[in-house]
This record gives sequence, structure tokens and C-alpha cells, in this order.
Amino acid sequence: MDGQMKRGLLDVCVLAAIKDEDSYGYKIIKDLKPYAELSESTLYTILKRLETAGMLTVRSAEHDGRLRKYYRITPEGLKRIEAFLEDWKEMMMIYQFVTKEDGRHE
Amino acid sequence: MNKQEFLSLLRRELSGLPQGDIEERVGFYAEMIDDRMEEGLTEEEAVEAIGPVGPIVLQTIADTPLTKIVKERVQPKRRMRAWEITLLVLGSPIWLSLLIAFFAIVFAVIVTLWSVVIAFWASFIGMCAGVIAGGMLGSYTIWAGHLFQGLAMIGATMVVAGLAIFFYYLSVWMTKAVAFLTKRIAVGVKHLFVKKKGVEEYA
Repeated sequence: MDGQMKRGLLDVCVLAAIKDEDSYGYKIIKDLKPYAELSESTLYTILKRLETAGMLTVRSAEHDGRLRKYYRITPEGLKRIEAFLEDWKEMMMIYQFVTKEDGRHE
Repeated sequence: MNKQEFLSLLRRELSGLPQGDIEERVGFYAEMIDDRMEEGLTEEEAVEAIGPVGPIVLQTIADTPLTKIVKERVQPKRRMRAWEITLLVLGSPIWLSLLIAFFAIVFAVIVTLWSVVIAFWASFIGMCAGVIAGGMLGSYTIWAGHLFQGLAMIGATMVVAGLAIFFYYLSVWMTKAVAFLTKRIAVGVKHLFVKKKGVEEYA
């Protein structure tokens, strides 16, 4: 897959992982595991990028006697997911057209 | 390797980066290890699950802008003494020109690489123009009544067209290869500013 496209998809995956409730690094990796393999260093880069873009916020909270960072999606982040879903509809239409031309899809 | 050893190694390998960035990264990995241990893994297993320090260092360097790295590197860690400032100013004709020369060489290498790519694309465009002109001229020559000369021209045009196709793929490949090389050079230059020891083994 094209690098730029993969990066965009992973951004949306991470946003989707914190869409319903705040989450933390290890949980995000675990939740995404069945769908996308994500290393810690890649996740860190994505979280930083999304934070700089204002799509998520970070807070530290005490957990079991230590501090843990929790990530919360912002309205900007929700908009990013919606934009992705819109793009995807368009992409699916193109996919159907391409496979139809190929004779694979009737 | 236990958690403390892993985090110390990471901190040491990232030592050329801004202190705040290092602490934030190290904190992130400490949390990852703690969360894994909470799930029942032993300390060593949790560290092992994170993987080696090398790729983390490479990714961190790639993520950090060169300007930030250089700024951190040239910023004195303590208040400089008068003689140090004097020495720096007096030595500037040497160190400043060496620094400029270094970046000029890196810049020249990148420009040279991209000139080759531009040359390939220019050759491809030239061949396309040749194919169009050759085709038109050949057809006109046949139409004017010089059948064999016209056919020879069209034949030569087809050879150029074949070469053009070959050059197209070659140019695309060259563009990708040079883009990859440029990226490697950029990461290499950053490496020089972060930490010399031990970086070669990851690159």
C-alpha cells in the first residue's frame, strides 16, 4: 500500500480506537491488533501528529500508583473520521467500477 | 534486559535530542512496559515485547526536525565563560566555514542526484518530441512521393518510441531511487548530530 495512504488509514484507526471512550497507549495497540499491526514507536508518532493537529487531547491520570496518559478525541478528530467515511464511499464506487471493467464484478 | 536498563539505554541513545522530547518518549515506553506487566508478563518479557532500542531511536530521529536537533546540539548546556565566547568568535572563520562546507557538500550531492533524474526525464521528453516530429515528417515524406525515405524515417521513429518507453520506466525507477536516497541522507545527517556511538549498527 502507498505510504501516504497507509499513514492516513492508521491515523483514522487510532482516532476510531478512542472514539467511544478515552484510551491509553497499550489499550490502543491491543484494540487495533486484529485489524492493524502497530508498533509502539509508530503509535507514538501518530499520537503526536494527531495531538499537534488538534484531533486529540492528552491528560495524565493516576492508575495503580503510577501516572498513565489517556487520549481523548476532539470534535476535530471526529470530523476527520467522518471525512474518511465520506472518502471511503467514493473509493468504494471507484473500486466497483474498476472491478467491473476487469470482469471480476458483475 | 530489565525495565530500568532498557529505559537508561534509550535515554542514552537519544541524548542529542531536546531533554523534554527524551523524557516524554521514555515515559511513553515506561508506561507500555508497566501496562504489559500488569497483564501478567514478567519485566523481561514486557521489555522484550517492546523490541530493540535501535528501531525506536531511528524512528525518533526521523520524526524530529533537523533544525530542532541542530539547535539542541549547538545550545550550550551552561552559561558560557568569557574566554569560551572569545574562542568561539575567534575560531568562527574555521568552524563556521567547515559547517557551511559540510552542508554545501550535502546539498551538492542531493542536487547532483536530482540533476540525473531531471536529465533522464528531459531525455524522455526529447524522445517523445522526436517521435511526434518523426511520425509527421515520415508521413509527409511518403505523401510527397518519397516512399522509401518516408518508411525509413517512420522506422527510425519507431526505434526512438521503443527507447522512449524504456526511458520512461527507467526515469520512474530513478526518481523513486533518488527520493529514497535523499531521505536516507537526511536521516544520516540527523544521526551525525544526535549521537555517533552505536548508531551505525541500526542504519
